[in-house]
Amino acid sequence: MLPAHDSPFGVEMVNLLGAFILLVAFAMLASRRTLSLIRLFAFQGFFLSMSIFLVAFLSGESNLYYSAFFTLVLKVILLPWILRDLSQRLKIGGDIETLVNVPVTMIIGIGVVVFSFSLAEPILKAASTVTRSLIGVGLACVLLSFLVMITRKKAMTQIIGFLSMENGLLFSATNATYGMPMVVELAIALDVLIGAIIFGIFFFQIRETFESLDLKYFEKLKEDEE
Amino acid sequence: MLVLSVLAIPLLSAVILAFLGQKPWAYLLNAGLTFLTFIDSLFLAKKVLESGPVLALKETFYVDSFNIFLISLTAFVGLTTAIFSGPYMKIEEKKGKITPKILRLYHSAYQIFLFTMLLALSSNNLGILWVAIEGATLATVLLVSLYRTRASIEAAWKYFILCGVGISQALFGTILLYFAAEKILGSGGGALLWTHLFQIRFELEPTVLKIAFVFLLVGYGTKVGLAPLHNWLPDAHAEGPTPISAVLSGLLLNVALYALVRCKVLVDGALHSNLASEMMMGFGLLTMVVAVFSMLRRKDVKRLFAYSSIEHMGIATFAFGMGGPLATFAALLHMTVHSLTKSSIFFSVGHAAQINQTQQMSEIRGLIRKVPRLGWGLMLGSFAILGMPPFGVFASEFIVLTVAMKQAPWTTPILLLCLAVAFGVIFFRVGNMVLGEGVRMALPYPPALFPVFLHLALVLVLGLFIPPFLAHWYQSAARFIG
Repeated sequence: MLPAHDSPFGVEMVNLLGAFILLVAFAMLASRRTLSLIRLFAFQGFFLSMSIFLVAFLSGESNLYYSAFFTLVLKVILLPWILRDLSQRLKIGGDIETLVNVPVTMIIGIGVVVFSFSLAEPILKAASTVTRSLIGVGLACVLLSFLVMITRKKAMTQIIGFLSMENGLLFSATNATYGMPMVVELAIALDVLIGAIIFGIFFFQIRETFESLDLKYFEKLKEDEE
Repeated sequence: MLVLSVLAIPLLSAVILAFLGQKPWAYLLNAGLTFLTFIDSLFLAKKVLESGPVLALKETFYVDSFNIFLISLTAFVGLTTAIFSGPYMKIEEKKGKITPKILRLYHSAYQIFLFTMLLALSSNNLGILWVAIEGATLATVLLVSLYRTRASIEAAWKYFILCGVGISQALFGTILLYFAAEKILGSGGGALLWTHLFQIRFELEPTVLKIAFVFLLVGYGTKVGLAPLHNWLPDAHAEGPTPISAVLSGLLLNVALYALVRCKVLVDGALHSNLASEMMMGFGLLTMVVAVFSMLRRKDVKRLFAYSSIEHMGIATFAFGMGGPLATFAALLHMTVHSLTKSSIFFSVGHAAQINQTQQMSEIRGLIRKVPRLGWGLMLGSFAILGMPPFGVFASEFIVLTVAMKQAPWTTPILLLCLAVAFGVIFFRVGNMVLGEGVRMALPYPPALFPVFLHLALVLVLGLFIPPFLAHWYQSAARFIG
């Protein structure tokens, strides 16, 4: 293990990257085009990977370098590539989603952030990592992605929300504990990858049967009430 | 090494079936391979019985009295479902609902599903436990959408998204747990190993554990089918193929509840209050109430029994919440008998739907006249699930009720009301389906109804007499679950 670099500048940089990640999560809430959502997701992955790299440098935890590398490969290159390829093949890249009530969604989003920070307060008191103040950001990112999934009706958007939630979780894990044990992180990455393949297959199934990837046609499965 | 072989057989089987799953005899291979897993799990059980808890592969796996009976149960129901699914899927294929290619996916994914459940049960690492439960969702998503109908794809999507979101919350809970443990155990693999966490459970930071438990409860609770996050369950059960409904209800819900209870043990140690217990009791009760009142208006038979599964998971969660040796004993027994009974019911219901060409209860009539063994199987199964003596469900529900009267008297009327409503609805509906006029009919292939009666016989035995080794496991598990 390398000695820890306790530089205020480094910590400031991690904070800045955390702010970027949060900003991207908000941008996702308001983004209407599928392709720009994918781009935002790639950006988020990039900021995440950079912040993990910085935390690795600051804390001297060598495991985190691997984690940063995997994040870069998976979340910045592989997954956005799969998503872009899928949206090209399904011809939904240019789809524009009509959003209702963006201002209300944003205000709820701000509420979510406040809630996350107050929930993280007792946790960060117990934390000893240099970047503990960012636990709230991770949680906020998880909940904002959740909000994306609730407010959107397109299959692709919901999946991007789902993947971005995973980003938030990874960010929290890095900042609260310098990352989970390697085996677990690898296994989680494997799960995400398999999940990506499965939803890819799924998109084609949905497309084939519904002739659209818009989930508003999904209302058939109302409970069979008398 | 025995633990590893229990995991290796289904994993290898999945690979074998990925190549051979489309052959006409693949169902025999599927059943045969699952039989090997079952036999292997019995050897493991014997070892645990003789020499106590087993740790394997540098503490990666841990098998004790709490998970060994669940491992054997999973392998057993996996085996009987594989036997049942042979003729069932052949009939579906004949009807043109599936093709050999899809059957190959089905067989292979079935084995992967068994593998992930066994991995979740035997893993000592709470992170791997989470990964395995997420893996179980992924393995079953494509099985739920197997028929490629609109409804089944919609159900599978709902299942994927809801459980995916839910289980992400559980991951956050796991991260917090690791965070609290890391301070005491140091970073690295050790801080997620349950056996280590159990040692230091009294020293864990209470505030962090409190927040962690909320996330874990919401996360794993989604998978258990606890209200208000149970919405995926009836859809997935009704639209997927029946063998999958049987294993989802009978096994997967148990595995998720198992994960929750493992975490609860740690939280109970850290918190010097009953927070975790009270939350589980509350969610259990709410789940029961929501489930039984949702049953009232159901028309689809598989949906009806899916709600019944939610109700029974509510009972088990409630019983774990009450805690104490007796209630925990009852909860463990309830997990076992519910698993056996519900999968048996789904077996009968599956063939009943095939013979009547519908899952609508109003159109299923005179089953006893049409196919007597099937009709009786469904009727006896329903008696068992309703908690009629002398079946095992009666024993577990009776203990839960008695303990509730003593420890939380105010819950007794709610429990009784739920049981009564469920009784009325299922009794009436099943009565209409099995009785009445009908002419003798035959399915295109003789159904494998042997598992239906085997399960019911076991539930009957468990109602009259619990074998000493099983009682011993239940008791020693109850001792540390508390």
